[in-house]
Amino acid sequence: MAKVSLHANPEALLVTGGGDVAEYFALMKPRVMFLVVFTALVGLVAAPGTMHPVLAIAALVCIAVGAGAAGALNMWYDADIDARMARTAARPVPRGKISPDEARAFGTVLAAGSVICLGLMANWFAAGLLALTIAFYVFVYTMWLKRLTPQNIVIGGAAGAFPPMIGWAAATGTISLGSFVLFLIIFVWTPPHFWALAILRTRDYARAGVPMLPVVHGEDETRRQILIYSLILAPLGLLPSLIGLGGILYTVAAAVLGALFLLFAFACYRERVGPGAERAAKNLFAYSILYLFLLFAALLVEQGFGLGGSAFPPFWTS
Amino acid sequence: MANEEDERQRRQRMRSLAIAWALAGLVLLFFVVTIVRLGANVAHPLVR
Repeated sequence: MAKVSLHANPEALLVTGGGDVAEYFALMKPRVMFLVVFTALVGLVAAPGTMHPVLAIAALVCIAVGAGAAGALNMWYDADIDARMARTAARPVPRGKISPDEARAFGTVLAAGSVICLGLMANWFAAGLLALTIAFYVFVYTMWLKRLTPQNIVIGGAAGAFPPMIGWAAATGTISLGSFVLFLIIFVWTPPHFWALAILRTRDYARAGVPMLPVVHGEDETRRQILIYSLILAPLGLLPSLIGLGGILYTVAAAVLGALFLLFAFACYRERVGPGAERAAKNLFAYSILYLFLLFAALLVEQGFGLGGSAFPPFWTS
Repeated sequence: MANEEDERQRRQRMRSLAIAWALAGLVLLFFVVTIVRLGANVAHPLVR
């Protein structure tokens, strides 16, 4: 029988461990993994120069596994929180399908394996960035900030913003202004995205003792912060065009998507009571995912199919 | 009880198979990456 670790919740005392393959796959947070791979792919494609397709696929596999490892380690450490929240109670560790120790071992092996493989198949700079990302997500966000401060996802959001930079580094062996701008877009996108979700799950987070912004400072302040970050994000989305990374297609997409983001954020700010308030937060959360996907897809299409061509004369080369 | 043991063994078998497939995939990936990386050097040897 698997041993139950210090971080196990009461339900996990029933742990028998030995989950099936699907449960181990769920431990890797496949939906997050998809977004990580997608943004890493955009970074890889947008980077100057070319990379052999086989090496590019190998690098993306490593990045995906690294993201999965971080997810597994997060689920190991947060098993107690997950068990108290409706959104996460069905995860394999709180359900007792995988023991916390198994999750930790699984995550650790995958983390080490993904970093070593990326180093061997792409370059050690990209591997170092992947290691930094996993460490940041696990140690800085999960173990430290998440339970400490309402700014947890602001700073912790850096972990989710690194993938395009890793993809870029895998292709070029370095980072540059272009990859930093992609990082910045995801970094600023993260707070309104997560706080929209946090508004919908305030009671859940409060019950679990997680000091999310709406729990600590209330929903009104959260809606105000969402609007502020959205006001920064909308013009920030146009930055790739100004540095010559995005062309006309990207510029139009960023302008339209950014304007819509502001509309949803403003609706969320304005609607504060009743079912309208919940609907506005739900709409913003759903749209924020679509926003990031379409914004990066525009860049991918443009760069991948050679439709580039700067919309503005670049004031800086990426 | 017997059913539980059967189920446990089935999951164990599936996990073992998944690990085997993952290792086989890794071997294949390393092989292909090696060929790709070698390819350029073999095609353009140092001594011409």
